Amino acid sequence: MAFLQQFALLLALLIVFSTSCKAATLEVDTVEVGHNYSSKSSATEKTSTSTNDSTDGHAPSVISTLPIVTWKWHHVETPYLVALWILTCWLCKLVCELNHSVTSVFPESGLLIMLGFILGGIVWGADKAQTFKLIPTNFFYYLLPQIILDASYCMPNKLFFSNLGAILIHAIIGTCWNAGTVGIALWACYEGGAMGNLNIGPLQFLLFGALIAAVDPVAVIAVFEEVHVNEVLYILVFGESLLNDGVTVVLYNVFDAFVSLGGPKINAAEIIKGIVSFFVVAFGGSFLGVVFAILISMLTRITKNVQVIEAGFIIVLGYLSYLTAEMLSLSAILSITFCGVCCQKYINANMDEKSVTTLRYTLKVMANGSETMIFVFLGVSAIDKNIWVWNTGFILLTIFFVVIFRFIGVFFLNWILNQSRLIPIDITDQFVMAYGGLRGAVAYGLAAILDEKKIPEKNLMLGTTLIVVYFTVILQGITMKPLVQWLKVKKATHSDLTLNGKMNNRAFEHILTAMEDICGRMGDNWWTRHWNYFEDKYVCWLLLKSDARKHKDPIFGAFHKLNLEDATKYVTEGERKGSLDFIRNYDSASVDFKKKLALEYGDITPYITADMSEYDFGIDNVPVTSVMKNPIPSVSLDIHEQDRKSMPDDLSAHHLLDQHLYKSRRDNRPTYSRSHYNTSENPDEMQEIFQRTMRSRLESFKSAKMGVNPAKKLSKHPKKDSTHKPNGKPADPHRTHPYGDEDFEFSADSTSSSEIAGHFHRRSTNTPGAGVDNPTGNNTAVAPSQRAQGRLPWTPTNMRHLAPLRMSTRSTDSFVMADASLDEEAPEEKPGTHHTRL
Amino acid sequence: MGSTSSTLLKIPNVEVLMQETGFSPAHIIRLHDRFKALDKEGRGHLCPQDFGAIKELAMNPIGDRIIGAFFSPGKETVDFHTFVKILILAHFRPVDKNRPKEPNSPEPINSRSNKLKFAFQLYDQDQDGKISRDELLKVLQAMLGMQVTEEQLESIADRTIQEADLDRDDAISFEEFRKSLEKVNIDHKMSIRFLR
Repeated sequence: MAFLQQFALLLALLIVFSTSCKAATLEVDTVEVGHNYSSKSSATEKTSTSTNDSTDGHAPSVISTLPIVTWKWHHVETPYLVALWILTCWLCKLVCELNHSVTSVFPESGLLIMLGFILGGIVWGADKAQTFKLIPTNFFYYLLPQIILDASYCMPNKLFFSNLGAILIHAIIGTCWNAGTVGIALWACYEGGAMGNLNIGPLQFLLFGALIAAVDPVAVIAVFEEVHVNEVLYILVFGESLLNDGVTVVLYNVFDAFVSLGGPKINAAEIIKGIVSFFVVAFGGSFLGVVFAILISMLTRITKNVQVIEAGFIIVLGYLSYLTAEMLSLSAILSITFCGVCCQKYINANMDEKSVTTLRYTLKVMANGSETMIFVFLGVSAIDKNIWVWNTGFILLTIFFVVIFRFIGVFFLNWILNQSRLIPIDITDQFVMAYGGLRGAVAYGLAAILDEKKIPEKNLMLGTTLIVVYFTVILQGITMKPLVQWLKVKKATHSDLTLNGKMNNRAFEHILTAMEDICGRMGDNWWTRHWNYFEDKYVCWLLLKSDARKHKDPIFGAFHKLNLEDATKYVTEGERKGSLDFIRNYDSASVDFKKKLALEYGDITPYITADMSEYDFGIDNVPVTSVMKNPIPSVSLDIHEQDRKSMPDDLSAHHLLDQHLYKSRRDNRPTYSRSHYNTSENPDEMQEIFQRTMRSRLESFKSAKMGVNPAKKLSKHPKKDSTHKPNGKPADPHRTHPYGDEDFEFSADSTSSSEIAGHFHRRSTNTPGAGVDNPTGNNTAVAPSQRAQGRLPWTPTNMRHLAPLRMSTRSTDSFVMADASLDEEAPEEKPGTHHTRL
Repeated sequence: MGSTSSTLLKIPNVEVLMQETGFSPAHIIRLHDRFKALDKEGRGHLCPQDFGAIKELAMNPIGDRIIGAFFSPGKETVDFHTFVKILILAHFRPVDKNRPKEPNSPEPINSRSNKLKFAFQLYDQDQDGKISRDELLKVLQAMLGMQVTEEQLESIADRTIQEADLDRDDAISFEEFRKSLEKVNIDHKMSIRFLR
């Protein structure tokens, strides 16, 4: 707790510092910077003039002596204050997260707003006026885009599109309903005399209804992320909050225009124009987003050479899609939403995995950062006596109507939707959906840009909007969690990724489409299938890199991911049980290996070399010097190098796996490089993975040798193993399935490979732990690797998932070591070293 | 309504069928219309060629398996009753929560385990109650098509079996199949909306 207090103190100091700095240098109470904003335009003008004055005054024309240090506050004032405020807001978040007993009850967004109150109070205390608040321009241009981009980029696509109908109905009809009813009901109450005397006409009420109607994506994300409701419910609320922006903006603009026009001038033509503009704004915005998504995807096809900034392209282009839509007065949020949703699949496939991670985390940092700032500033903005025009009737009735009509709308629309939904939306889900109609910063931003000349009661509306925001975010936010628990709303189930699941999902889809075909009905799956067909045929061709096209299959992706997980687990397990020393022991022998290999396989080496040469794999191609000068020879697959070689397409799929499963044990790149990071992966892990490969490679290598040798028929490897064991180690005759992975095809195009492939295809999988990488499973009766057994920490059970990876020899390295001999030879040598990258 | 009941009357055993499958009269009529449309020669039963004529089905990678599922072994034809009830379509009716449960009625055709059984038999072509590696491989081959190489397919198949295989017999029994899909909401994934 003492820590907390210190933090609070620090925060307070920061605020005081930033405000007093400013107070000391400026007489005016406002600066037109970052988040500092003057509410009065006159004050703004004054600020700019005074800043000009002061900068003029600051440049001394005559100096008597050379100043060593000068105080240049004005030069840095704007960025300095912005940075200070960002820091302050983030520290607020830190403070919130420090105490988990508090965050488990209060949602973080609510806490941030309350901290904002405190900060605002401090500012008020120091300046005696509101110096900082959230200005709509900053909010809409600098804070909102990244949140939406992040949300849409991380959107579960399939879920989103399969529920798109329901989302759209809620977003369009629901929002119109909210806007209309709240506006009209408020106006009716006003006419009924519930609010005393106000200078508001029916159109102004409708305008107010429009801005207060929209569910706010930022607030929804913040609150719902902590509750973990089931995914359908989440996507409905969240999707609605994203997509209703188009409606809100249109309604807002239309009513704003109507207010300017004045009641009598509104005729049928204007109303029709309003409706037309809705479609133009909403669909135009979405379309623009899709166009940008296509641009981004196409761009990522060619950004391979500038990987460092690859991720930046997406952010910049996403932002541009937002600004372009804004420029064309289309719905900016819709634009950036569809941009993110549509491009995610393709850019993830096109970009390097590292860039994808970078992008994901950058977006998260930016989004969470600005979300924090938005909430804090929503709190800070409240501390201003100018905006507080209290009208109990108006405020209470607004809250009442906002909640009531939200409930009515949601229940009614869901009732309609449930008539045709396969899985009806539960009544509890509906309740949470209605209750999750949080209003937030978008409403505040829209209220803040109201024109005071046209709407005399702007401050009342602004204040009321703030109260509605506080009410929904804080009160409903706090009660959301207990409510969800009390109603026993289905929570998100965390299901593990399994190949079975993926595969059967696919099978189910096919079955369903087939059934629909047989029944002769165009069902939901019809669209999915035809889109998939279209996507495969045209979209992927346009948007995906050729090698990315190959392995975008989800089943394959799952397989790959699982293998990665296993590899990590494998190493973790090894580290837990002991050191990974056993890996290192091979290093000393590695140089010999090359010679040995060359000797022993001299007869087939030329063949291999010829076959592999395009991968720089051939034994002769590996510069011995590079091996010699490194105590740990760098053996790696340089993906880029391979990419440069034109490899046959059908083999390229391997490289995805290669890239992730096999990496250099040591990076040969310079320790510092502006454009490359040193890989952060655990080098031990690399070694481990690599080692495993080596073993299996050598194994198949031997087998393959048999295959290539004149005696071309070969069906049982164990036999060969015993006869050809290079170090003369007796192979165990009882081993019926000694190596999980024995197929070794030289290459698709080599003449003899097909025959060999024929022989090597069947892998016997009866051994429980039949992975190549599972020595204990393999060595059941073999003596040789006692040392290995002593050192190798894995057990068949913990590793039994390590599925053997079938690599064709094309995948650059094809030395395979028998694990029987792995102790003795233990050499490894890998082609395609990193020297190319140096 | 008159036309409805008259159409219904033409369908043999319609009462029994509705009882067994839980389809409404409207569904039965719709399915019967479809049945008649597929049965181009008006024989009152369908043969595999009739299914083959559905061109979308020909595009389906596992279409032939599904067609095969309509025909019990040794039989070349399927009549309407079988078409609707015994075999497939009834499997895909979403589970009806509101329908009162009769305590002693047999398990409805659209129950979870029946849905799973249907999927299982699509894999298990030799009907020995186990999905062997080869059987799995064939399905994977059909579904993944050209996208991955043969060897990758094999390792995927191996891994899939490893995942589900509890008794280490290198094949997936129905019990194992059911377990591996325990967390999957079969009801959502194996139901067709318009059969509701």
